[in-house]
Amino acid sequence: MTPMPQEQTLDLITVDQLLEKVQAMHQQGYRLVQISATRLPDRLELTYSFALDGRVAQFRLHLAEDSPRVPSISSIYWCAFLYENEMHDLFNLTVEGMAVDFKGTLYKTAVKFPFGSTKPPVVKAVTATATTASSAPAPVPPPPSATATTH
Amino acid sequence: MLPAYTVEMVKAGNMPALRACRETSALVTDTSPMPRTIIPFGPQHPVLPEPVHLDLVVEDEKVLEARPSIGFIHRGLEKLVEKKDYVEFVYIAERICGICSFIHGQTYCQAIETIMNIAVPPRALYLRTVWGELSRIHSHLLWLGLMADAVGFESLFMHSWRVRERVLNIIEATTGGRVIFGSCKIGGVRRDIAADAIKQLLVDLKKIEQDTRDITNVFLNDSSVKDRLCGVGVLSRQDAYDLGCVGPVLRASGVAQDMRQLGYAAFKDLDFAPITRTEGDSYARCAVRCQELFQSMEIIRQALAKIPEGEIAVKVTGNPNGEVLARTEQPRGEVAYCLKANGSKNLQRFRVRTPTFANLPAMLKMLPGCDLADVPVLVLTIDPCISCTER
Repeated sequence: MTPMPQEQTLDLITVDQLLEKVQAMHQQGYRLVQISATRLPDRLELTYSFALDGRVAQFRLHLAEDSPRVPSISSIYWCAFLYENEMHDLFNLTVEGMAVDFKGTLYKTAVKFPFGSTKPPVVKAVTATATTASSAPAPVPPPPSATATTH
Repeated sequence: MLPAYTVEMVKAGNMPALRACRETSALVTDTSPMPRTIIPFGPQHPVLPEPVHLDLVVEDEKVLEARPSIGFIHRGLEKLVEKKDYVEFVYIAERICGICSFIHGQTYCQAIETIMNIAVPPRALYLRTVWGELSRIHSHLLWLGLMADAVGFESLFMHSWRVRERVLNIIEATTGGRVIFGSCKIGGVRRDIAADAIKQLLVDLKKIEQDTRDITNVFLNDSSVKDRLCGVGVLSRQDAYDLGCVGPVLRASGVAQDMRQLGYAAFKDLDFAPITRTEGDSYARCAVRCQELFQSMEIIRQALAKIPEGEIAVKVTGNPNGEVLARTEQPRGEVAYCLKANGSKNLQRFRVRTPTFANLPAMLKMLPGCDLADVPVLVLTIDPCISCTER
């Protein structure tokens, strides 16, 4: 059997370009393979993967920690709502305009946003004993993000 | 003329009129819909081997809407990549699913091998192909049994699983495991199959093929099975493609897409073509799986006839740095592995899009309009694997 020719591309785009790029994929007959999020130290990285036979086209978005908001592509690829709800439930990413919005109930996890939240980390109160025992200063909690949102 | 219920009577709550209808035993000639009811389906249900919940909005016996609720057993395996190094992580990948465990491990290894540019010995590629196809056979036989159970054909369920047991025996004899093989590793495989074991495998396969033919003849020709499957849950070619379906669900709607055509492992050296049907109903999905059983047996024979001698693994050193989207064909359809490595021993991101995850939207599209009694068949028809979905 002759294997299908394979090719993978990865383009960095902005949030504003997302719907336009996804629409172009749809018009060319590509299907949605997956959407994934990756928590990086200073930002959230989204990857949209589309495929047509052996060709894979991927778009990458970087979302700043204080603006984790992205438009839904479920108006173009209806099936995207599952990936988008998953990203919300695991990463606390706000996806606007999902075709089906589970409002944070797709996954029933013991820990809220187990793959990393955009909320500031909760710093445990330092006990008096620990403070006296340690010479290091108590960690200062970061200021809360004004734009961090939840459903 | 006898009085009958009317929509107006029901809407207005005109009890005297309604009582009069009852007292005179009037036939209900009105076809107005009954009030909508929500029937919970799952997460524990006789036809469901794993938990998924559906709120079925029904009107009389017709399903109008299905609202899914998953996530009862989400394990966060993707997150474990931060704790297990990339070599150990093969074991985690294999444990995503108990049915297609080998192909999960294989896909993970292929992704790492692509990033690290590792040339896997040809014999290892053929062995991976053989074990992958044995996995497909036992997965499809498992599904056939579950489907027989769903349509109330208990003896057919028993026969399907009886034959599957013999496939598991082959897997146990060649890998040492029945569910988790543990035979795939980065750079090759851990075990070889000796020449005398190959001969025995081929003999066993012939017997399995004959029994499988008997079983699939019932699935494809018995009127009681066909009555439950034909015309149920029709998915057009366009809908199946637009909804992102994969595997037998997509091929049963006429789309000849099979990731084995990418030529990974030994598939580039073997002859096969995707099996498709055009009806797009539950019967077509069943028929595709039945035919794929024999296709997999043929692929195994081809692979074992051509398997080259030589090493089964190469030594792997260093850490991966790069990223890749690896795709293979599991029994339920295409699985996509997104791996991102940054040169350390732990991957930065491990993301799996399993076939069931891709087929869930199609299930939600198929359920509205079906009879309540067909819901189990329609849920099973996508061969749902909740372990995979909630990796």
